[in-house]
Amino acid sequence: MPENLLEVRNLTITPAGAEVPVLDDVSLSLAPGERVGLIGESGSGKSLTALSVMGLLPEELHAQGTVSLQGHGGNLLEANEKTLAGLRSDIVSMVFQEPMSALNPLMRIGDQIAEVLRIHGRVPRAQIPGRVRELLAEVHMPDPDSARFAYPHQMSGGQRQRVMLAIALANSPRLLICDEPTTALDVTVQRRMLDLIAERVAAVEAGLLFITHDLAVVAGVCDRVIVMYRGRIVETGTVTEIFTAPRHEYTRGLLASSDLEATDDRGRLFTLKTALDYAGPRVPTRDSSTDANRATDANRAADGQGGAASATGSAPLIEVSDVTRVFKGRGLFGRRRSDVTALGSIDFSVAAGERLGIVGESGSGKSTLLNILSGLDRPTTGHVRVGDIRVEAASSTALRALRENLQIVFQDPFASLDPRMRVADIIAEPLVAAGVDKDERSARVEEMIAAVDLDAQSLRRYPHQFSGGQRQRISIARALVTRPQILVADEPVSALDVSVRAQVLNLLADLLEDYALTLLFVSHDLGVVKHLCSQVIVMKDGQIVESGATEDIYANPQEGYTRRLIAATPSLADALAATG
Amino acid sequence: MLTYAANRAIQFALSLIVASVVVFALMSLLPGNAAQVALGTNATPEAVAALEVQYGLDRPPVVRYFDWVVGMLGGDFGTSYVTGAAITPVIIDSVQVTAILVISAIALSILIAVPLGTFAALEQRSWIGVTISAASQVGIAVPNFLAAIILVIVFSLTLGWFPSQGWMAPIEGVGGFLLRLVLPVVSLALVQAAILTRYVRSAVLDVMREDFIRTARAKGLTRTKALFVHGLRNAAIPVITVAGVQLATLLVGAVIIEQIFVLPGIGSELVRAVANRDLIAVQGIVMVLVLLVLIINLIVDILVPVVDPRIRNAA
Repeated sequence: MPENLLEVRNLTITPAGAEVPVLDDVSLSLAPGERVGLIGESGSGKSLTALSVMGLLPEELHAQGTVSLQGHGGNLLEANEKTLAGLRSDIVSMVFQEPMSALNPLMRIGDQIAEVLRIHGRVPRAQIPGRVRELLAEVHMPDPDSARFAYPHQMSGGQRQRVMLAIALANSPRLLICDEPTTALDVTVQRRMLDLIAERVAAVEAGLLFITHDLAVVAGVCDRVIVMYRGRIVETGTVTEIFTAPRHEYTRGLLASSDLEATDDRGRLFTLKTALDYAGPRVPTRDSSTDANRATDANRAADGQGGAASATGSAPLIEVSDVTRVFKGRGLFGRRRSDVTALGSIDFSVAAGERLGIVGESGSGKSTLLNILSGLDRPTTGHVRVGDIRVEAASSTALRALRENLQIVFQDPFASLDPRMRVADIIAEPLVAAGVDKDERSARVEEMIAAVDLDAQSLRRYPHQFSGGQRQRISIARALVTRPQILVADEPVSALDVSVRAQVLNLLADLLEDYALTLLFVSHDLGVVKHLCSQVIVMKDGQIVESGATEDIYANPQEGYTRRLIAATPSLADALAATG
Repeated sequence: MLTYAANRAIQFALSLIVASVVVFALMSLLPGNAAQVALGTNATPEAVAALEVQYGLDRPPVVRYFDWVVGMLGGDFGTSYVTGAAITPVIIDSVQVTAILVISAIALSILIAVPLGTFAALEQRSWIGVTISAASQVGIAVPNFLAAIILVIVFSLTLGWFPSQGWMAPIEGVGGFLLRLVLPVVSLALVQAAILTRYVRSAVLDVMREDFIRTARAKGLTRTKALFVHGLRNAAIPVITVAGVQLATLLVGAVIIEQIFVLPGIGSELVRAVANRDLIAVQGIVMVLVLLVLIINLIVDILVPVVDPRIRNAA
């Protein structure tokens, strides 16, 4: 039989002192040059599998089984650190998820790339600087000559991830492992990074093991897919097989909840539970009119009351007129540095019951805008009115009233809840601030915890005892406990797994209806916005480049930037159409 | 970076001015002026008034303050009311003794703490790592005068290796100078090393959990090598700050050790000046100590951005 590039047999990983393995009897193989996707939600064991191949498993984990690489005799799990170090970045390389912390902050980029060449000695010393330049050019780094001398903090996330790729491929390894390499990046950057990975892997003829929780991403990059669930491999097959005829229940659920275009008869996304009714991704027929119609239907279904409320023609609930925000640079003795214009004359209004999506990449001014709307920051010029409160000139009493009426759910479910407070106290906190008495507080807290589908037992526990999705439910409960008219959600699902994302989005849709809320939904994910919002604003560099009804913008984007954003958003159907 | 350094230098100067005002004000607030102290409680008011005129104490405080500051800027700390001798030479001599003592002590404690703390972090689960950790915990609990007394009993009184007290200037004999330095320096360094070991250990542990260490290992370095090439410089940043604070504490804290070993350091001079109610000397010595502490802080502030480009750029 032809020798495989990577052969993992019966890999079982058990934490020290634990009975139950976190990785259970995993076997997989990769042929030379093959591109394989490893899919599953967080905690399913994808990264552990990759780290075992790299010999980078944390010490407290005990691995059994065999891992063998072509060109290296013997079981990697039994090899010593020195042998493994010799293989790493020479035969097998890895690109990690978090570009912001993966590079040494005290070392220049060029030196960090040169180091990997020096360690393995494949390039003569004198040629190293030239080779570093070449590698930077190969990952399409703008101005590779000066990029060599930059420190990591001077680069964007996408650029740092390019550097990581340059390091990983410097010695032309036979296997490249990418662990969620684009999850932390903006959509357009993600698109370019994925193309770059595919291009470079083909150029050095390496095999690729691509780890992700995002099915749409994997479809564009890989030939074959392995699906993991709770530490086991549940299914494996070609991209087309997995996407069109998934056999395992979990795969079907994952596929169904990834598809933001498909909804059940209540207008809700499919989840792991309702996946049986899912018909599979609809491959676009390249007929934009049917697409637009479908989007319209979905939005009508999701919108319901929103449309009715805006039709009454009353004054808008939120009015933002000509708002700018300039951050002043300050040097020694107040010497002026260049000012940063975070927002430049922003104008929009939101009717009661409307669902407005605010879309843009990092640095587009979304967060500044939210801070101003919620009274956490004041605009440099312009007016903001929320309800009957003039936010830019509000007194502290008025601001308190505003915060009861406008509540925020933040992005990071792990950092935005105080780890030392019980869930009951976390949810009740806005009520304490509002001066609600104790009995009323506990009644409302119990009502909210039920509304977000968590049981009453949860109230006595602490945030670390919950998963990301559950924490986001707690955040939503906290936001809605003051019965606000307006809910502001700042990337509330971007840190969540796809299957959990669908559940949280459905919950949001339900609550929007039940509580007749007005929604401001900030996201870089156009698919999510398209599903949930009736109106959309596209932001770039502190300006609104385009705005209007969601279906119009998606069907017929006027601006090049909007078109690029839409094109870059990974879509299951598009990816499948491309492979099929 | 230059703007940053200039900024820090200005902060330094401002702190120094504020400190001089505070020191002067405190000394002026103390009851009983220098003339009263010099003449004793039985002196007639006329005699005291006459001496006040002679000392210049009858002038307004603002004038006296500027007189004092201008004098110091020219290197003149004034004349002792008690001994009638100039204060400046006393300060210069004693500062040298204390500086030698304190700098040797901090250098020794860094030499002990960095390897020990790093090793304790690398071997955090083995018995050696646990032992180092526990020993440093005990070390922190031991006050340095107790360490000094034990060292004297063992190495001086019992073994007779080192003299139990005294000072010899290097020009009088390098051997004698070094021999007399050993016990005081070690007593100061042991406790500081124990504290610093814990900081180094936790800084190294933190750094080893960083993603870039994993990247370094993925590049083909072993765990230990990754730590040495990428980790230690990162771990140095918090350690520099702590060592700076320790150095400042030692400067003032050395006074007890100077007393035990009868060293003519600035701490001993301060104790003597306070005992003699030699206010102008106390004022000058405290000001010199403040100056040294501020210089140490300035050096630390400038050293951190030299190591860390992120702060350099922010600056």
